[in-house]
Amino acid sequence: MRILLMGNPNVGKSVVFSRMTGARVITSNYPGTTVEYTRGYMRIAGQRVEIADVPGTYSLEPTCKAEEIACRMLEEASDNVIVINIVDATNLERSLNLTLQLLKRRVPMVLVLNLWDEAGHIGVHIDAEKLEQILGVPCVPTVAVTGEGIKKLVERLSEARESDYEYGEDEKWHEIGEIVGKVQRITHRHHTPGEMLADASVKPFPGALIAIGILLLAFEVIRTIGEGLIGRVGEPVFEGLWAPVMLRLSSLLGGTGFVHDLLVGRLVDGEIDFGQSFGLLTTGLFVPFAAVLPYVFAFYLVLSFLEDSGYLPRLAILLDSIMHRVGLHGMAVVPMLLGLGCNVPGALSTRIMESRKERFIAGTLMAICVPCMAQVSMIVGLAGKHGARSLLPIFGTLFVVWILLGRLLERFIRGESPEILMDVPPYRIPHLGGFLKKMWMRIFWFLREAIPWVLLGVLLVNVLYSLGVIQFIGEVAAVVITGILGLPKEAVGGLVVGFLRKDVAVGMLAPLHLSVKQLIVACVVLTMYFPCVATFAVMIKELGILDMLKAAAIMVISALVVGGFLNLIL
Amino acid sequence: MKQQIRLTEMKKQEKGVVVAIVGGGGMTRRLEALGIRPGKRIQKSSESFMRGPVTVRVENAQVAIGFGMASRILVELDRGET
Repeated sequence: MRILLMGNPNVGKSVVFSRMTGARVITSNYPGTTVEYTRGYMRIAGQRVEIADVPGTYSLEPTCKAEEIACRMLEEASDNVIVINIVDATNLERSLNLTLQLLKRRVPMVLVLNLWDEAGHIGVHIDAEKLEQILGVPCVPTVAVTGEGIKKLVERLSEARESDYEYGEDEKWHEIGEIVGKVQRITHRHHTPGEMLADASVKPFPGALIAIGILLLAFEVIRTIGEGLIGRVGEPVFEGLWAPVMLRLSSLLGGTGFVHDLLVGRLVDGEIDFGQSFGLLTTGLFVPFAAVLPYVFAFYLVLSFLEDSGYLPRLAILLDSIMHRVGLHGMAVVPMLLGLGCNVPGALSTRIMESRKERFIAGTLMAICVPCMAQVSMIVGLAGKHGARSLLPIFGTLFVVWILLGRLLERFIRGESPEILMDVPPYRIPHLGGFLKKMWMRIFWFLREAIPWVLLGVLLVNVLYSLGVIQFIGEVAAVVITGILGLPKEAVGGLVVGFLRKDVAVGMLAPLHLSVKQLIVACVVLTMYFPCVATFAVMIKELGILDMLKAAAIMVISALVVGGFLNLIL
Repeated sequence: MKQQIRLTEMKKQEKGVVVAIVGGGGMTRRLEALGIRPGKRIQKSSESFMRGPVTVRVENAQVAIGFGMASRILVELDRGET
């Protein structure tokens, strides 16, 4: 047997899913968090049952890629399937639109009235039993974040049945109105402080001020926590505890040779330099754990809070006009922000955009101009010692390129850029359990993705150097590297490794003793010229091979143009 | 005599009833799915400059609508004046 969890976006499907299966999925407070289905399993009456968390959809006529996935999953469902239709109890009327369409498909169904507590708070009272009589399927109230009602839901799965509810398509809304009139009672209430804040934060004033305040605060929190963790935990642990062990290993291995250099790397003045030694056990561990993880942790702490509170859609509304200038609409802040954490989820989340043109622009701009947190933390570590003199030109250039390139793509990419049309969820206080779980998942995913690639990158550097491959590429590419970009030939190593992993690539610039100008050019070009291999693979899947080739050409050309330009004017 | 105006011409906090959506089936259906269709009471909660999106409250939801789409939603204001 299979169970599909279906419902409108942002009604809590993923929360119900993780409550039922214990499986780990990301949940947030904005429509479009889930863009891909996730399978999980649970035991019901001794039987192993597959449950699928399906992206949210407002109807069975899809309007974006995430909705298409939802509809296709229903189409492909076999006989032995139950649909759990999750509806938002605070917005019963519009939720029932999808419910009636599902009932018409004659699949066995159970209806879940989620956000039951919130409905009560705002004075919405629903008679679940009466609704059950009218629709002819079990109706279970739940509060998924606390787990209330989930047990009841599982118990009643066996009662799932096909409804014989009949209605004419033309009278659909009239029909829904009648149902709501029969089962829902509304008691008077006043505007809550949350709603007042909700209105304030989407108005140009004071919304824009609030946004600037929040973003500055977010930046400050990330910097403080990131720097703090590196200075107080990461570096002391590696310098104090790990370095002596490595020196011991170094002398055990005889202080030289291929194996020594592979594991420990080159000693700098007889000491381990975790930034420059480039051994698997030195730089290979230091980069992911001590240099990058602190910033990744700090970033996801802030991002998760913004996601769960419901602020992201407000930011989307405020930035909508600006986003239209680059052929996108406000919701494109989601791929950009997620991409700032890691480009892979950023690329996946372009599915919430409606048109092909938007997905192409969003994916390309994200891959070119949005450095991931791993890369940001290495850039800050390397160029940060020159302060704003180097950091400002690097990130400023990326921002300006984002706008200019976006304008160009908007003009030259064919297709439509629809307007924003989005449900704005209420502000919610993040649920601590869900918040911690999400943090843990993201940290775990980062380590699982990053460590193998970082180690492979370090390994590759060692092998390619000892074979002379990188030196060879350096000679061949000297025209570009030295001629156009004004970098030393050795910088080609970073560009080669940048295909694999950007943080290692930036780390490879450390021993080159670049001038401030060269640092700026190198960091900008490393961000722009190509996404890392993991992002590249996802983008091929999302855009298709042809569009991805187009995107790749844009990446390389714009990196050379911008890098060459910086080299000329700085 | 009640007055019909575009959603974009409504003032902030003004209330009214949607009377018509001037647009194709796709747009109408997408708006319907978010609870905006003829006969619904709405309240405009914000607008932005540079033809940015309009947000409205409908039932217990808040919905953001792009300017072009919003200008094709006709609303009958509660009050007859102005």
